[in-house]
Amino acid sequence: MNQYRVIQIFKQSATYALGKMLLNQTQDFFETLGEIGIRTSQVIYLTIKALFQRQMKWKLIIDQCSRFAVDSLPITLTIVGMVSVIISMQVAPEMVKQGGEKFVGALMAVVTTRELGAIMSGFAIISMIGSSYASEIATMRVTEQIDALKVLKVNPIEYLFIPRVAAGFVMMPVVVIVASTFGLICSGVAAYLSAHISRLNYISSLWQGLYLKDIFVSLGKSACFGAAIAIISSTCGYLAYGGAKGVGISTTKAVVWSFVAICIIDYIFAAIFFF
Amino acid sequence: MSIDVRHLKKSFKGKTVLDDISFKVEDGEILAVVGLSGAGKSTILKLICGLTKPDSGEIIVSPGDIAMVFQYSALFDSLDVYENIAFALKERKEFKNKYTDAQLKEIVEQKLKLVGLEGIEEKMPHELSGGMQKRVSFARAVVTDPKTILYDEPTAGLDPVSSTMIEDYIVRLKDEFNPASVIVTHQLSTIQRCATKVIMLYNTKIVYSGTPQDMINGGNEYTKQFINASIQGPMKVAGSDEETKEN
Repeated sequence: MNQYRVIQIFKQSATYALGKMLLNQTQDFFETLGEIGIRTSQVIYLTIKALFQRQMKWKLIIDQCSRFAVDSLPITLTIVGMVSVIISMQVAPEMVKQGGEKFVGALMAVVTTRELGAIMSGFAIISMIGSSYASEIATMRVTEQIDALKVLKVNPIEYLFIPRVAAGFVMMPVVVIVASTFGLICSGVAAYLSAHISRLNYISSLWQGLYLKDIFVSLGKSACFGAAIAIISSTCGYLAYGGAKGVGISTTKAVVWSFVAICIIDYIFAAIFFF
Repeated sequence: MSIDVRHLKKSFKGKTVLDDISFKVEDGEILAVVGLSGAGKSTILKLICGLTKPDSGEIIVSPGDIAMVFQYSALFDSLDVYENIAFALKERKEFKNKYTDAQLKEIVEQKLKLVGLEGIEEKMPHELSGGMQKRVSFARAVVTDPKTILYDEPTAGLDPVSSTMIEDYIVRLKDEFNPASVIVTHQLSTIQRCATKVIMLYNTKIVYSGTPQDMINGGNEYTKQFINASIQGPMKVAGSDEETKEN
């Protein structure tokens, strides 16, 4: 058996296929990471420049803000509300049994402001807004609309990225405030229905668990979530190539990367402020 | 001199697509770039308008705007016809606040009239036929009065009547703006009716350069094969029996 034949047989083996797949995945991972880094720095630089030169595209930013908050609100409220109800339904009766009914509101306040409100809203926003950013920009890429932008001498980063990232940064905290408030109301109702914890009891306990620090950290964290989701989704869409399959791949990639990114950001905030 | 391309070389992932390509296009001239699919014709357009960079060689384009009409129009599908055409004037820094809304409206109406499409300003791109989309993209391309216009297969996928109409608009734009134009096309009618010069690409090189009349009346073995749409000839289509035999 000559050397050429051995190489051919190896190329048909599962080990080769697995190795090649891992290599491609690794290469793709670092390429995407690099692109996200480049786009982030471009967005920061061009935003600062536009602010100083008073050339921010406010109309586009306002359009994106309205889309970010209004479009995502029903699904965000549903998810945060449902999760709050589920937690409250399980925790409240147990706490009553242990004699801790006075702490149900405080517990829900801590859980919601520190974690649940921001992370669940983040997941909802990724599925609703992140995926739509990615597929929209990817479609623009594969139908040459981004090339058309460049030929018309309009910078795609200024036109597509900055309004979306600005909207994410500004509107995500607003969404989180609304969703968290709704979540706390829902968990109060669930606590009443499942463990007969009175409204007054719940609210007075809730105030004890609300800390200004938690609220500010949650708002800062959610602003970072919003910006990260927008920049990752836009970048994944921007990197799309091919046709419908390329759009699908970039959307999936945007969702997966955004999920991982907000978990990492969440961990960093928790490590800095609560350890 | 409006477009001067010198010793252009471009490769993608190690595969050379264009090698030592040189040509010139004066103001008022229309150069047709022909060749088999995958010969690098559209790459030439992307290189001229700066969407991609050459590996080596030079592209000198006279000062002034470069416009491009894309193969599938590339209209912004979230904007209506008016916003598509006025896009550059509204978004580009040098035009910002230069025109009032009334002036913009007038310019858009004027450009739409040029391509024979009046009163469709409020329509969305998906509400238009392929031919109409193409004409709107013409109007969008010329809104800044460009000195160079590039057309990527402007008549691809259109019926013969619409194709003729598009060819008429290409000639009309030439008469109106006197730009240097480059058309990538497969259609002989476009070459005959619009082009003043032709180059043919094959296997990374220019294999023919001359006038449309010379190409149609004789040319060389490459142009003959192209015009006769023959499988037999010096050009081998990737994956064809001829190419397989050769390999």
